Amino acid sequence: MNWSLPENIATYGGKIDALFWVITIVTGIAFVLVEVGIIWFCVKYRRREGHRAYYTHGSKSLEVLWTAVPALALVALGVYSASVWAYIKGRDAAPSESLHIAVSAKQFEWNVTYAGADEVLGTSDDFSTRNQLHFPVNRPILVWLEAEDVLHSFFIPQLRVKQDAVPGMTIPVWFEATKTGDYQIGCAELCGLGHYRMRARVTIHEPAAYEAWVGEQIAARAASGEPTVVAASADLGNDVGDGTGQHAGHDHSAGGM
Amino acid sequence: MATIVAEPTGIPVVEEHHEMSFIRKYIFSSDHKVIGIQFLFLSLFFLLVGGLLAMLMRWQLAWPGRPMPFGGLFPETMAPDGIMLPEFYISLVTMHGTFMVFFAIMLLLVGVYANYLIPLQIGAPDMAFPRLNMLSFWTAVPAGLIALASFAVEGGAAGAGWTSYAPLSGMPEYSGVSMGQQMWIVSLVLLGLSSILGSTNYITTVINMRAPGMLWTRMPLTVWALFITAILGLLAMPVLSGGLIMLLFDQTIGTHFFLPETGGQPLLWQHLFWFFGHPEVYILILPAMGFVSEILSAGSRKPVFGYKAMVGAIVAIAFLGFIVWGHHMFQSGMNPVLGTSFMVSTMVIAVPSAIKTFNWMGTMWRGNLHFHTPMLFAIGFVMLFVIGGLSGIFMASAPFDIFIHDTYFIVAHIHYVLFGGALFAIFAAIYYWFPKMFGRMMNDRWGKIHFALTFIFFNLAFFPMHTQGLAGMMRRLYDTSGYTHTADLQGTHLLITISAFALFATGVIFAINFFGSMFRGEKAPPNPWNATSLEWQTPSPPKHGNWEQAPVVYHGPHEYSHPDVTDKDWLAQNERPDVVSPAGH
Repeated sequence: MNWSLPENIATYGGKIDALFWVITIVTGIAFVLVEVGIIWFCVKYRRREGHRAYYTHGSKSLEVLWTAVPALALVALGVYSASVWAYIKGRDAAPSESLHIAVSAKQFEWNVTYAGADEVLGTSDDFSTRNQLHFPVNRPILVWLEAEDVLHSFFIPQLRVKQDAVPGMTIPVWFEATKTGDYQIGCAELCGLGHYRMRARVTIHEPAAYEAWVGEQIAARAASGEPTVVAASADLGNDVGDGTGQHAGHDHSAGGM
Repeated sequence: MATIVAEPTGIPVVEEHHEMSFIRKYIFSSDHKVIGIQFLFLSLFFLLVGGLLAMLMRWQLAWPGRPMPFGGLFPETMAPDGIMLPEFYISLVTMHGTFMVFFAIMLLLVGVYANYLIPLQIGAPDMAFPRLNMLSFWTAVPAGLIALASFAVEGGAAGAGWTSYAPLSGMPEYSGVSMGQQMWIVSLVLLGLSSILGSTNYITTVINMRAPGMLWTRMPLTVWALFITAILGLLAMPVLSGGLIMLLFDQTIGTHFFLPETGGQPLLWQHLFWFFGHPEVYILILPAMGFVSEILSAGSRKPVFGYKAMVGAIVAIAFLGFIVWGHHMFQSGMNPVLGTSFMVSTMVIAVPSAIKTFNWMGTMWRGNLHFHTPMLFAIGFVMLFVIGGLSGIFMASAPFDIFIHDTYFIVAHIHYVLFGGALFAIFAAIYYWFPKMFGRMMNDRWGKIHFALTFIFFNLAFFPMHTQGLAGMMRRLYDTSGYTHTADLQGTHLLITISAFALFATGVIFAINFFGSMFRGEKAPPNPWNATSLEWQTPSPPKHGNWEQAPVVYHGPHEYSHPDVTDKDWLAQNERPDVVSPAGH
């Protein structure tokens, strides 16, 4: 069984994980207090012949105490959480030097559009990939998240990022990785029968390697003449299992796919 | 005692003593006790159905793609060769949640006990509107049957989750489900109607039909909880019904309330659903809290600790329950500033639950604890509800919710609240009030075995889900093995599934005890628990009209171990003060 959060590779992941430990300690104290108290009372005050319960309707001071203490603890937790929340999800939270990437979710695949060499989305050197997301390490990434059909949710556990994708909305999501490697995007919002296999491969590059990869994609696009959609193919099937777009056609009642 | 003629509402105490036909007495009955028992059978049936659906899901999660036992019984469209299809799994997820929330837990808490207990505990002969009450039951029956029948239609049962988020729920092209989703909507509109009829009745009855002397401050906490729950239902249910009808129109007559292409807004559905849905969560726990308060008090032989704070907490939860719905939507794309305000209100709503928990402990403190089966389930409720309440704080913190939203952590949380919480309280209530309902006792030894096994296997089945959630396992996945971060948690799935099967099996012990005791149980005295509230001061089971003489109330609801009463350790609410005259209360 697992007792901890997965590896954290996000710059703001430490804030989320710290919050986890603070809440664990606060709730842990309350948990032990209540459970031990109940078991202790069950032993100590178990029925005894001839014994009579102590007649009382309560205690003002005790009740004020156990109202005030949780109230203060919870409000403090709320205030603390609010600052972390604003830092991560605030509308203008993304750092200005962020690299912009557009992600569009549809049943049951993730389509990613990159800004190309000029780093501006919506220009002619943009290109797309299917079920793979590439970005450089140590640079803030700003994803513009959209959905084409139903709700989906963009979730990379190690980056501590999750955001629903909503048709009709474009939602900014930012994160910055501290480590290169291969990870996965999972869909966290029920989106239909293929929900369980709506995942994509995440590749976090060294900056130079990312530039090189972008160069390759642009060259490939130039060679074929049309906007290149780099589809997930067999070469990434090994470590992400069968969960790529290639299986989308295999299912029954393929409504809307 | 002199005969009490004064009836504040002018309703005769003794009515219709002529013999009624079997159908009028047991099928289309307007007696609140019969209706309560009808709801009991109906909701236990749906509890069984919901449980069976969960067992199928657990099979698939533990052994993805392996043929199910008796899998051959399922048609090709659900499980060819006994192997479950993804779309069938999603229907199971959806209908398990729907049956458990709407047809099992809600009907058990409110349908059964609001009907059965409110008139008895406030000293009324029946509900204010007995025929409306009958209609409420007979609306719930087709609602449940329609939901059940939806498995048999083309495309299968609804497949957008019990929350039915649009546009998946609004567009058959996306879900592959058309008729099933519409039947889901119609079923819940009917159930909402049943609930609204019931709520109107409960509110009116509590306000108008309390026996002389039954002051607001003398009402048992069960009545308080059910009264406030009825207000929640009356205010929240119409919002769901409205949303459901909009969703139905989107599907059938081409409106676009929730479809973005022509200006609709998917988030609108979530706002409407959760504006109903969060009060609904409290509809599913407040009555449970009421039962537990009362059973803990009787089992500890002590008055409820801090009665007024307990009432205040119920009212506070009900009020705050209407301004926290957005915490279900932290990651939905809703404006993050709104998220902050919902986070603060959500943190605050945990306070009344904390007050209640400490007051329950205060009730047990220096008591004389009788560990009969209802008491064990009530104590179990407090121990498990605390876990569900505390795990809620993790999700209330919006930034940590980023990680655990839509993972197994929330699955664990909701089951600690609805099973460890509500269902444990329901079991406590069934064992406690069974003698009043059926005139016989349930077997206490088998009750204790049922409690012990349920407690153990419940924790083994649901606690590990917290750990899966912390690993980042998403919920509602047909097969979780394809993700690298959770691939090695298959062993946990196996543990959960085996424990869930064992938990389901404990239901057999309960069922045998329940039905066996109904016919062969030891005959129950009027007041087997030496309890103080009015329902115990009338025969078991009470006759039509409830009272031989209308009760007059002189005391608070939980007067146990009063120092001035020396021959026994309880003081019935209607005992005359010239017989015993305690100071205070």
